[in-house]
This record gives sequence, C-alpha cells and structure tokens, in this order.
Amino acid sequence: MSLSRTESALVRRSLIGVACVYLGLFIFLPLFIVFATALQKGIIYYFNSLKDADTIAAIQLTVMTALIAVPLNLVFGVAASWAIAKFDFRGKNVLLTLIDVPLSVSPVISGLIFILLFGLQGMFGPWLRDHGWRIIFAPPAIILATIFVTFPMVARELIPVMKAQGNDEEEAAITLGASGWKTFWYVTLPNIKWGLLYGVILCNARAMGEFGAVSVVSGHIRGATNTLPLQIEILYNDYNFTAAFAAASLLALLALFTLVIKSLVEFRFRAELKAVRKYKE
Amino acid sequence: MSIEIKNIVKTFDNFKALNDVSLKVETGELIALLGPSGSGKTTLLRIIAGLENADSGEIIFHGEDASDKRTKDRNVGFVFQHYALFRHMTVFDNVAFGLRVKPRLIRPTEDKIKAKVKELLNLVQLDWVGDRYPSQLSGGQRQRIALARALAIEPKVLLLDEPFGSLDAQVRKELRLWLRRFHDDLHITSLFVTHDQEEALEVADRIVVMNKGKVEQIGTPQEVYHKPASVFVLNFLGNVNLFQGRVIDGKLYLGKAPLNVPEGAKSNIKSANLYIRPHQFDISRKSQGDNAIKATVKFLNLAGSSVKIDLNSESGGPLQVEITQQEFSRLQLLKGEEVFVCPKDVTFCEYEI
Repeated sequence: MSLSRTESALVRRSLIGVACVYLGLFIFLPLFIVFATALQKGIIYYFNSLKDADTIAAIQLTVMTALIAVPLNLVFGVAASWAIAKFDFRGKNVLLTLIDVPLSVSPVISGLIFILLFGLQGMFGPWLRDHGWRIIFAPPAIILATIFVTFPMVARELIPVMKAQGNDEEEAAITLGASGWKTFWYVTLPNIKWGLLYGVILCNARAMGEFGAVSVVSGHIRGATNTLPLQIEILYNDYNFTAAFAAASLLALLALFTLVIKSLVEFRFRAELKAVRKYKE
Repeated sequence: MSIEIKNIVKTFDNFKALNDVSLKVETGELIALLGPSGSGKTTLLRIIAGLENADSGEIIFHGEDASDKRTKDRNVGFVFQHYALFRHMTVFDNVAFGLRVKPRLIRPTEDKIKAKVKELLNLVQLDWVGDRYPSQLSGGQRQRIALARALAIEPKVLLLDEPFGSLDAQVRKELRLWLRRFHDDLHITSLFVTHDQEEALEVADRIVVMNKGKVEQIGTPQEVYHKPASVFVLNFLGNVNLFQGRVIDGKLYLGKAPLNVPEGAKSNIKSANLYIRPHQFDISRKSQGDNAIKATVKFLNLAGSSVKIDLNSESGGPLQVEITQQEFSRLQLLKGEEVFVCPKDVTFCEYEI
C-alpha cells in the first residue's frame, strides 16, 4: 500500500503529536496510576488484598455472571443478526431498534426495570416470594441485569458483517447439497467468526465491568452480591485505596489480556484473514 | 437429463417477474436465456434450481415433478454471477465442499475426494491453484473454479447465471468459447443466463428470448436472428432499420421513394412497418429504378470485418448499412456523398389493414 503525501511535515507531526498526547492522557496515564497505586505498598500487600474473602467472592460472582451472560448473548446475537441480515420480514426495523434499547437507556434504568418486575413491590415480586424465589438483591438479578445491558454487543458487531456478505455463499452451499445446519456451520460461521470474536470480547468486557445496572439490583451484600466493580467501590469508600486499586488492576489486566489474545489469534490466522478481507475488493 | 418448465408464474410484491413461462430443454442441450434486465431470466434459473419458489407451475426433471424438491436434493450445479466462492476456504476446499457435505453413508473417502478434486482442477486447467484462496485468483480463474465446484457433485443439470457478466471483454470472449467446447465434451444439460446477444448467438444450441416475464421466442441462433417472432426479438438481436409508410399497389412510400413490400402480403393493407437489418442493403451511386432510397453518407466505420455506414435518408431518418470490405474498396465511398440504398430483403414486417 502506498500513500501519497499531501500534507507538509509540520502538519503531519503535529497531528501525530496531538494523537499521542491524547492517548497518553486518557489511556496510558490512568492505566499507569491503577497499577502504581495497586502496587504502592508492595507486591505482597497487593496479593494479600486480592486474597480477601469478600474480594474473592466478588471475583467468583463476576466470572459466573460473565459465564452465563456471554454465551446466552452469543446465541441470541447470532440468531438476531442472522434473521436481520439474511431475511426480510415485517417488524425488522422494530427489532433493530429494540436491540439498541440497552445501549440508549441509562444503566440505572436497566437495573430499575428488574426491581419493578421482580422487587417486593413489583409485578411478580409477591408471587416469587411466596414460592421461595429470591431474585432481587441476589445473583439472579445481577445476571439478568448483565444480560440485558450486554445483549446488543454481539448482534451489533455481526449485523453489518453479515449484511455485507449477502446470501451468495449460503446459496452456493445449498446447491452443492449442504443442509441448513452444515451451511451455517461450514459457511456462515467461518465468515462471521472475526466479527463474533470482537463481539464476544466487547460483550465480556461489558459483562465483567458493568456497574450501574448491577448496582441497582445487587443490594451490596458483602461477600454475597457484590461483583468486582461494586467491590472496588466499597473498598474505595472504606478508604482502602490500595486494595481498591488492586481489584481494579484485575479488570484492567482482563482488558489487556483479551487484547493480547485477539492479536495472537489474528496473527495465527493472518493468511486466511488477509485472503478474506481482500476478497471483498 | 431433460427439463420441462410448465406455466411458471412468479410475483414479487406487485411485480410480475414471470408470467406463464413454459419451456422444454432436451438432454444435453446448451440453452441461453436471453433478455434485458428485469425480463425474469435469472428468476427462472433460480426457480429451476429451487432457490426461489414459483407461485404456480411445475418444474419437471426427466419426467419427474421436482417442484417440491428442496434445492439440496435437486442435484443441480449452479454457477453464480459473482462466483460466490467460499472466501475462507482454499480453492481445493471449495471444490471439495460438495463431496464433503454428503451424508456419511454416501460420502467418498478423503482419498477419493482428493483424486476427484484434482481431476476437476485439471478439467478447468487450473490444477496449480489448489492451495490458493479465491482472493488470489483473477476473475476468469474464479469463474472456472466456481464451475469446477459445481461439477464436483456430478449434477444432471448445470445452471449458469450471467457466467461472464463481471469479466473483461477479452476474458469473456475466451471463456465463452471455452464453455462451448467444454459443453461439447461433457454434454451436460445446461442453461445460462445472459443479456449479451452476441454471447447467446455464439455459444447456445438454442436461445430463449425473454421480455417482461414472458418468452418471446425459442429457437436456434439462426432462427431468432433471421426469423424473429416479434419486433422485440428483432431489436434485441442486433441493429435494424425501420421504414414506416403508406402502402399503395404493393409499394411502401416514404416521401417519394417507393419500396417493394414482400410478396405474399395481402393487397388490402394500407400501411406497413418494414424492418431491415444493416447487411440487407445494396449501395450504389446510380439509381436502380424503384425500390431505392436516396441518402447521404454521414459516417464511416472501417474497423472490423465489415464496413458500417451511417447515412441520412432523403426523408430525413437515419439509416445504418453494413457492406463487406471488398464492396467498400470497389465503391470508395466518401463522407458527404449522395448514394442510393436498395434493400435486398426484409427481416420483419408489420401491416395495418
């Protein structure tokens, strides 16, 4: 690839400079402070604060929530984008708008919806209480709120990819005798796997990092209904800054870790990726 | 395998894509579906493949009703205009796809698949690209791989949707001759869609000319070119000159010049439209009596196997005439010269009584 140079050296350097300063101020500096504060009392203190029982419970709850929310949204996202990108039906635009609702609504509202539905004063609250179900201020509400907040992530990533690809390859597979399932598995899925990977990464990051909606429905019971972001807030409000930043560094590490994995996968499949991108012409 | 298409109707929203189309294709024929865009030719091809459902009508494969069969069970090879190769697979895996997705009981062993793919790649003269991805091939190569992939399942019918539509003019010409020879070797019943009359005339055994969801004419290239069944077919298959005028005593009058109306026309006709192809004229400097039009030479196109001459007739209308290079060098016509143009034959007539 060759780019013709139309700007003078001064313009080029100052544009690059602005970008670097911006990145430094808003990405690298905060990241650095997170790790610096977490480690300011030494590595031993860092690990000890992570070993705190409440923090471990928070990590477990966060991982469990993500393990349930991400696969569900993966299935939903693929199904929804398949329907929207490959078929024409009535109410398609309504569905598209509905998928965007969690992105456009404040997370607090997303949490409140579940209080109104399942809280003691809510629609199903009394019935659920009578049957011994506990949803609000318990892990089920946290999982529900997380699913709600993250459900556009995969679909949003896939719809443009699937639309751009059209139906040709699927039709070709069918004329070659492939069943619907085999067509999906061998043709559609490989074509969307990169979009799917990015969607899952985004979805997972949001599921583990969600604060607002989860905060509303959690009840903040230490060691029981706090996810990692909520635990960080509690530690911070207790003036336990080092422990708060140690927990925060876990979330930051998770982000860095997923980025590394993504880059490794892209490197491993670089030939195929290049071929697929080029085919679009 | 023969294909019979009976009274197919297909409507998209309010648009009638196919309006009562019937057609019979004999075993081993190479048929062109020719028409302008929107004539329904691609829709018909997709209905034969089962990629689209007809509103009514029947598709019969070798005497057996296939209308309700699903695409995957119809055993048709389909070649798409934009190739539709699986972009994430190598060429080898693309060609092998149809064999690998067969149900386990009838699936060939991996060794047999390998041998078959090799054979097919040899057949399309691309045995050296097996490890490449489709993006690394040229348009013409992609189309040949698409053909090899379609042939892997040993289809009884081969359907090609504008197979050369997105290729350069040069590659397109080479590939269509190649397809013709290819068909002569394999003799697989084939239908291809095209909007290029030259392509249809050159390649097909028979041509189905379509317009606005209806079949205008079915015939050999010779028949549709020389004996068009309608004005549409006449216009679609090459240039033609139209002469409109009143008929008196078997002569058509365009201003002063009287033209002979073909024999056999009834004596009571009042006016006529005569359609005459550019090559059906004699051109000379002297008037040869009746049946000649005085015209001025406007433009000469000397490139090509014949000489194309644009003229302005005495009555004002433009006129296109084509003569051989030999004839031209004998006449040595010049731009602006006045000549007499005399029709030798008439391709098509419309009469009003």
